Amino acid sequence: MDATGTLVEVLKGEGPRVLATLARTIGDLAVAEDALSEATVTALEAWPKTGIPDNPRAWLAVVARRKALDLLRRESARSAKETAAFRWGTGAAPDQIEEAIEAIEPENSLRDDMLRLIFTCCHPALGREAQVALSLRTLARLEVPAIARAFLVPEATMAKRLVRARSKIAAASIPYAIPSDAELPGRLAAVLAVVYLVATEAHAPTGGDTVARVDLEAEAIRLARLLAGLMPGEPEVLSLLALLLLTSARTAARADADGNPVTLAGQDRTRWNRAAIAEGSAWLSQAVTRSGGVAGPYQIQAHLAAAHSTAASWQETDWDRIVGLYDLLGSITANPVVALNRAVAVTERDGPEEGLAALKTIAGLEHSHLWHAALADNLRRLGHPSEAARELHTAVTLAPSEVEQRLLQGRLRTVRSELG
Amino acid sequence: MALYVALCYYDRDQYWDSPTETELSPEYVEFARRATEAGVMRGGEALHPVTMSTTITVSGGKGGDVLLVDGPYAEAKEVLGGYFLLEAADLDEAIAWAAQNPAAWRGKIELRPIAPIHP
Repeated sequence: MDATGTLVEVLKGEGPRVLATLARTIGDLAVAEDALSEATVTALEAWPKTGIPDNPRAWLAVVARRKALDLLRRESARSAKETAAFRWGTGAAPDQIEEAIEAIEPENSLRDDMLRLIFTCCHPALGREAQVALSLRTLARLEVPAIARAFLVPEATMAKRLVRARSKIAAASIPYAIPSDAELPGRLAAVLAVVYLVATEAHAPTGGDTVARVDLEAEAIRLARLLAGLMPGEPEVLSLLALLLLTSARTAARADADGNPVTLAGQDRTRWNRAAIAEGSAWLSQAVTRSGGVAGPYQIQAHLAAAHSTAASWQETDWDRIVGLYDLLGSITANPVVALNRAVAVTERDGPEEGLAALKTIAGLEHSHLWHAALADNLRRLGHPSEAARELHTAVTLAPSEVEQRLLQGRLRTVRSELG
Repeated sequence: MALYVALCYYDRDQYWDSPTETELSPEYVEFARRATEAGVMRGGEALHPVTMSTTITVSGGKGGDVLLVDGPYAEAKEVLGGYFLLEAADLDEAIAWAAQNPAAWRGKIELRPIAPIHP
């Protein structure tokens, strides 16, 4: 990694920690965010000349605090009713705040601040889009243009979304707090859903012409690691990290040299990232230990990813276990996509006739290209190429991205050649 | 502390004309008593049905003609049936209280933070 890369990594790692404490002590996330942004710019100018300080977090904290105090002084110079500062604080004046921050934050208080920041960004009073945008900006320290690119919206739209989210936190007094034990399960589910959504967008981009977005995938894993470090006792947090690592291990093999997608069945398994599989498996066994025998949805998905990752080939995959895991997942989530994946595994375990029957019982996927593609696969194996071609044609028209259209068109050509 | 107005919306067809309305009113009174005692509720009332509404506009700016319309501002399937003011430490506390008001299960409650206009 070059010098700038190292700088950016340090800033991404330390930035949220500095921000978390600053937001609590000055009582305003928007001001803390602006202050940290200014401090980051200062660091990017200064560090290449001076070298990265021994304690970059302390350096950033001091500079960000000064910037925040400047911002607050400027704000309090304006009329009082325009000022929404000190929202979470006790209404202390900037100088009192300065004294309060003098004490260096001990590690356990830093941990609480990080949790406050995370649960605020993912508060259920904010829409999912706002939660995702805030998390990527505030927790992953992604710049606005990068977040806008990731979700294929204009930069101005993403900037507005962030401003609106921060304004709502201030105006509606969304608390900067760790949820109570009673609230925690629901609130944690929202946090995990945000990280999962970032990973899904990385794994199956809704637009563009790449098979996966490696940069976004790395951010999702970074967020999951952050959560696992803060909440090592929460099995679903560990399971999500395991799932993302196990899935990311296959990313390099998911496209051929020309960038065309390669499905799991056809992937060159020597290209899978063994280190990521080993790490993911280790987190998964941690999660199993912590969960006391009750597997949550992320743990089941991680088991599924692990079952694929440890199989020597598509044919040698333990399809019986995979069908069983989908049964379990289906019993707690009632999602037609889970039923679809289960049916694909049934085809491999019991044959195309059983797979086709399972597919036909699923309602609500008439507009899913994956459902039509799976029907086509079974029909082709049963020796009905013309029906298979018809399903594939439908699948092509429904495919959400160019990449998937290309994949399905390739299959359609193969089936048509079988028609003779 | 933050102030919120809790706007209670109901299905138009179910609001007021429903005979269950008066049967349920003790639940509202009980909520108001508890929330007021806790120092959270700062007032609030039920509203007559929208057929009793008069909507006014001053046309052409300040001092212009006062125009009246018999009925609500917007005809909608949901009607505003009441409101109450909550003073809470933060949104979570306001949500916890609002969720105990019968309007939250008989209809929907919109929590709107108040922007003070007094100097």
